[in-house]
Amino acid sequence: MARDAALPIAVRHLTKSYGTLRVLDAVDLDVQRGEFLTLLGPSGSGKTTLLMMLAGFVRPDCGSITFGEREVIRLPPHKRDVGMVFQNYALFPHLDVTANIAFPLRLRGIGKAETKQRVEQALELVKLDGYGARRIDQLSGGQRQRIALARAIVFEPRILLMDEPLSALDKQLREHMQIELRQLHERLGMTTVYVTHDQREALTMSDRIAVIDLGRIRQIDTPKAIYERPANRFVAEFIGESTFVTVNVDSRGCSFNGIPLTLASQPARKGPHHLMIRPERLTILEHAATEGVNLLPATVTAAIYQGDSVLVHASLTDGSNVSVRASASARAPLVGENLNLGLKAVDTYLLPADESAA
Amino acid sequence: MSKAAGPNAEGLRRDALVERLALFSLSGPALLLVTMTMLLPVGWLFWLSFLDDAGALTLEHYRRMLVQPSYGRAFRITFEISFITTAICILLGYPLAYVLSQLPRRAANICMIAVMLPFWTSLLVRTYAWLVLLQRQGVINTWGMKLGLWDTPLTLVHNLNGTLIGMVHIMLPFMVLPVYASMRAIDQDYLRAAANLGASPTWAFWLVFLPLSLPGLLAGALMVFILCLGFYVTPAVLGGGKITMVANRIATDIELFFNWGAASSLGVVLFVLTGAILYVASRVVRLDRLLGGGAA
Repeated sequence: MARDAALPIAVRHLTKSYGTLRVLDAVDLDVQRGEFLTLLGPSGSGKTTLLMMLAGFVRPDCGSITFGEREVIRLPPHKRDVGMVFQNYALFPHLDVTANIAFPLRLRGIGKAETKQRVEQALELVKLDGYGARRIDQLSGGQRQRIALARAIVFEPRILLMDEPLSALDKQLREHMQIELRQLHERLGMTTVYVTHDQREALTMSDRIAVIDLGRIRQIDTPKAIYERPANRFVAEFIGESTFVTVNVDSRGCSFNGIPLTLASQPARKGPHHLMIRPERLTILEHAATEGVNLLPATVTAAIYQGDSVLVHASLTDGSNVSVRASASARAPLVGENLNLGLKAVDTYLLPADESAA
Repeated sequence: MSKAAGPNAEGLRRDALVERLALFSLSGPALLLVTMTMLLPVGWLFWLSFLDDAGALTLEHYRRMLVQPSYGRAFRITFEISFITTAICILLGYPLAYVLSQLPRRAANICMIAVMLPFWTSLLVRTYAWLVLLQRQGVINTWGMKLGLWDTPLTLVHNLNGTLIGMVHIMLPFMVLPVYASMRAIDQDYLRAAANLGASPTWAFWLVFLPLSLPGLLAGALMVFILCLGFYVTPAVLGGGKITMVANRIATDIELFFNWGAASSLGVVLFVLTGAILYVASRVVRLDRLLGGGAA
């Protein structure tokens, strides 16, 4: 299918309340033609509700959803023509694999010969050719996942929705399927909205990620931008590990607990800020600091051997706890030992302490 | 199987045996009760059906059943009534169970109590209550004529109508319960998936909901049909002597003719036929399980 057959999605002011609980709060969202967009958020954030509204299963209180030019907000689910992969796959247990995949074709009045051919193509696409006669309960979790995908794309919908489709699989299979889904998306090019609470999955697969919390989109950007330049503390803490320490910015520059810091860029405003520290950006300095590396003295509180590395927990001079990975081959730090941790100036990232100003 | 040799093998084997015996002994009282109240009397009736008045072995009772048309008629009526009752129970019970299954659980539970209410009243009381309602000067005829719906009293009772009304009323919960349970067990996501793939609510019902609720429907139909085969009180009271099902025929044979052999042979034939139906149906239902509706 050609990429230009995919439809963009525009969501405006989408709102839904259950009683006093506001599940979605005037959400605006644009998904580009052929884009792979992930809705990422903790459970109860409203990400699944938003997906269900795109599919037409949940009726919003107000708002607008357009697929391309077409307003679909009041369209019942069976007229929306979007593919969907359910969390539990929802493969019909009374039908075999072929009948499951042929289901949407049958409803569209497609002839026997073409149905047969398209079912075979879909099976081939998900690498399960020859499985047509199997019953659903004869399939493994990974195979069901693929069949559910085949069924969702066989009628060539221009939009594909996926609700945590990999959450029931074990870790190894999940990581494998992430790559496969991504490759399939590149081949088919349909606009895809993917829901997950797994940040690594979101980072791996998405063109863009929309981080949702309490019914609001907190940030929407590319995986790299979301990870490296989170818009607020919620995003920073939800994606990847991070520690925030309070630093002060004044006319002489930025300092942490009296230690002057070199920053990647000077913040626009003065006053207290939060410095984001990611464990993988910290190093243990054996020698004196070099140019462009900030030096943070710390005391080791724990050193945990983890095979490929040693995870070192340390407390900074202001008492906040950070962690850093040390090479397993190097000398393991001892508990109580004083270290110098290095943070490159280019790796520094500040958020204003006053969130509302963000 | 070769016995494992090794430290404590003998003792461990004995422990396993003792555990199994202890578990088995728990079922002892029930087993004894079933033997005394079921196996012995049924076996005795079975034996009686092969004896003539003098106590000699004979196949006379079974021969008579084939020869005398009144016996064949009793069996035909029994199966006809059971079949019609089952059909009406499906027509009434399936939509009712569907409505219940779509209600919120709390409301459904309250409605379920209403469905179950007849269960808590004696069968005899319910049957005579229908007599009061349905007879010529009964509540329904009186009101119907007062309201000018019909002029002459309808014959609602002392015939097939009355028997069917009474039996459907008694059997309906047996239909609703398994159907409701199987409908509740249908994951809403199946219907969502059907809609998402382009099925209108009507199509989703025919292509997904009905097939998935079919095991419950078959179980309910089977239960109703089998239970109907043994009905006695309802056809006796509401049939007004015109409806002779096998159980009524058995009663006549004993009460009027004191012919235990004839009565026993009727019981044996009904028992065997019921068993055969159960066997065939269980094959069909199991086959259905194999084709789906199993663990998802």
